[in-house]
Amino acid sequence: MIKRLLTSRELILAVAILALIALIALKFPAFIETSNLLDAFNDTSPLIILALGQMVVILTRCIDLSVAANLALTGMIVAMINTQFPAVPVPLLIIVAIIAGSLMGALNGLLTWKLDIPPIVVTLGTMTIFRGLVFVLSEGQWINAHEMSASFKAFPRNEFLNLPVLSWFAIIIALLVIVMVSRTSLGRAFYAVGGNPNAAVYAGIDVGRTQFLAFTISGALAGLTGYLWVSRYAVAYVDIAGGFELDVVAACVIGGISIAGGVGTVAGAFLGAIFLGVIKNALPVIGISPFAQLAISGAAIIIAVAFNASYRNTKGRLILKHDEAVNG
Amino acid sequence: MNLIYSQSPHMTTSESAASMPHLGPHIKPNLEQDLEPVLQVSGVTKEFPGVKALNNVSLELYAGKVTALIGENGAGKSTLVKVLTGIYQPDSGEITLGGDTKVFNTAHAAALEGITAIHQETVLFDELSVAENIFLGNAPKGRFGLIDKSSMKAKAVALLKRVNADIHPDTPLKELGIASKHLVAVARALSVESQVVIMDEPTAALSLKEIEELYTLVEQLKQEGKAILFISHKFDEVFSIADFYTVYRDGEMVGSGAISNTNQDELVQLMVGRPVEQVFPNRLSIIGDEVLRVEDYSHPTEFADISFRLNQGEVLGFYGLVGAGRTELMQALFGITKPSAGYLHIEQQQVAIRSPEQAIAKGIVYVPEDRGNQGTIKDTPIFHNVSLPSLAKTLKHKLLNPAAELALTREYTERMELRAAALDQHVNKLSGGNQQKVVISKWLATKPKVIILDEPTKGIDIGSKAAVHHFTAELAAKGMAVILVSSEIPEIIGMADRAIVMRDGRIRAEFSKQEMTPEALVQAAAGIGSAA
Repeated sequence: MIKRLLTSRELILAVAILALIALIALKFPAFIETSNLLDAFNDTSPLIILALGQMVVILTRCIDLSVAANLALTGMIVAMINTQFPAVPVPLLIIVAIIAGSLMGALNGLLTWKLDIPPIVVTLGTMTIFRGLVFVLSEGQWINAHEMSASFKAFPRNEFLNLPVLSWFAIIIALLVIVMVSRTSLGRAFYAVGGNPNAAVYAGIDVGRTQFLAFTISGALAGLTGYLWVSRYAVAYVDIAGGFELDVVAACVIGGISIAGGVGTVAGAFLGAIFLGVIKNALPVIGISPFAQLAISGAAIIIAVAFNASYRNTKGRLILKHDEAVNG
Repeated sequence: MNLIYSQSPHMTTSESAASMPHLGPHIKPNLEQDLEPVLQVSGVTKEFPGVKALNNVSLELYAGKVTALIGENGAGKSTLVKVLTGIYQPDSGEITLGGDTKVFNTAHAAALEGITAIHQETVLFDELSVAENIFLGNAPKGRFGLIDKSSMKAKAVALLKRVNADIHPDTPLKELGIASKHLVAVARALSVESQVVIMDEPTAALSLKEIEELYTLVEQLKQEGKAILFISHKFDEVFSIADFYTVYRDGEMVGSGAISNTNQDELVQLMVGRPVEQVFPNRLSIIGDEVLRVEDYSHPTEFADISFRLNQGEVLGFYGLVGAGRTELMQALFGITKPSAGYLHIEQQQVAIRSPEQAIAKGIVYVPEDRGNQGTIKDTPIFHNVSLPSLAKTLKHKLLNPAAELALTREYTERMELRAAALDQHVNKLSGGNQQKVVISKWLATKPKVIILDEPTKGIDIGSKAAVHHFTAELAAKGMAVILVSSEIPEIIGMADRAIVMRDGRIRAEFSKQEMTPEALVQAAAGIGSAA
């Protein structure tokens, strides 16, 4: 048990995050004040939620590049509803956001399932379509803070047990996803489909349908994040969260979710997002230029992937020996 | 069995040397005793964990002669091809080429020495043109080391003409049929001036006319002085094309000689000639009511007019050569592919099976042949694998219940005598035989009526084989109906109550326990003798 803990990727990642924080604290002790750490966590919450959705998709050997565009489109939809009909209550708006997001995710899933188009192509296409629709809907106009109702903006900032609602969303969704992947048949199907689609077919699992559901979940979480994002920053426009899908995929990769499918944990995706969040929050404090920040984030991704690759290689040789024995 | 290099037409040394002066004083055809082999394999052994694929085998190939390599599936033919083409390195033994000892550490090294293999499924590149395929890795270079396209094309035209192929060198390979692809592969073999050409079941996927064309080609290669190794299951081919034969059985060489000195019966004897071992469980079959009835099952391309019955407590063997359509039929019974016609009755009720999920629900399970690819999810724990098709039965409040999953897994893996450190161990840490036990446990846990075992003992060690056989017998004894697809004759004879032989997608013969003999099975499968 102890040996397994020590070799677990999640533990290594947690240690790396703590080391990173300690390193920053040596120069900037203010960084590790509780309030600052909580702020950093709150800032990272949208990334955590999206990474959890992305994790489910990647587990099934797919990828969802449309999450940030989905977020922008649902964000614009709820912001426009709010400006037109300020009386619509926030919980209803959240439901609208989740439904709109899951419809977009379901579209990705249907195209992958029924037309057998590679997911990277499907979501690259829908990513552009969703972004385009934000422009069509808003006619390129911004929706600014003064146009939004007070309750619309206040919801994610409300505090409960000293933690903003936004942070609570990240925590609760992480718990729900843990239950889903470890305690439901669907969760088991995600791992089976990604781990070995052929074997999954023989076990009576519909591979396409499972991937469709993964995309729908990812879409629903992107839609929810759309509302949270727009209300927290109190602005909606065409380019919000531009390029954020790459951060989401990066968080998963850093967290040890195998791009080849079938391998990954909620803790991994969660910590991967935190790792990126710490870097993004700390670098400006240290006074590193935004361009260097990009380079550092990129380097972190490559190191994580290289780590994954070397981990996989040693395993691969073992499998090969079995196969040779079979063919011989 | 004393067949080693008996002489065929008698001719004195001086006569042959006089009649073939251009061949030089050392090579005297028609007198095999003195013929110098181009390629000689001696004492080659290749072992995999638990399996001795080749045991001290030898083989000789002669210039301008075709040697047929004959053997059952699993006799070691493919392993030998891989050793000759540098894909596997032998554990011991020697390969000499033109008198010099050679070591092929890579496939490229073997190709450079002039050994080319043409495989059953051609190993070429669909997206490249014919000319690019012929010269891949060996393209004529022009200035600056760039590929000289016009010279490559001109050489390709010349090579294609040599093999009588009417193919334009710019044609993308994917537009060609299998026969034409073979021709391209042969052209590629000629482009590197191979001394040795290996043809691994080249006719398996060809039509009659294409086979004729291939024969012409082989004739031509002979005339060009190539030494040809021809691997085939079809005896008519062997007798019409080969000069010599070598027979392997269970990784050992059991006979060789001139084709003109032997006959079909003798070769069949050599191939299967071993007593059925007593490792098979002695069982008393108690055959009950009909469980499965298949009527006129057909598929557009893979099989046709399949009808058979299967009863409780019965083991029904399906024998045939690789590619006879057995696996394709089983996949249709399991709902992976859809039949184009036919009916299925389970316990006298007509049912339609459209997906594996439905098959499992109706009580049919399928343990696939390719367990690496289709059997297990390697990166997950044993108990996740075993419980996967039975999850619905272990749910508690609609949530997964690991305790119930573990209990289910323990129950069935213990019956299978699975050797694992723990049930949450990942499957990829297990040996091949134990992985197979995980797969079988998984299916037993669904409590099926009919269990289809597709090559259940392929590539696993003797001990695991015995456990699988023992368990198969136990399943039948408990009233389950078992379909045993196997290419191993002893397994069919040792286990099955009845055997169906398939060839070219159709049922060709059915044998009762008493009628089953190795010779009868081989003849029906190969389409020779009275069964043809």
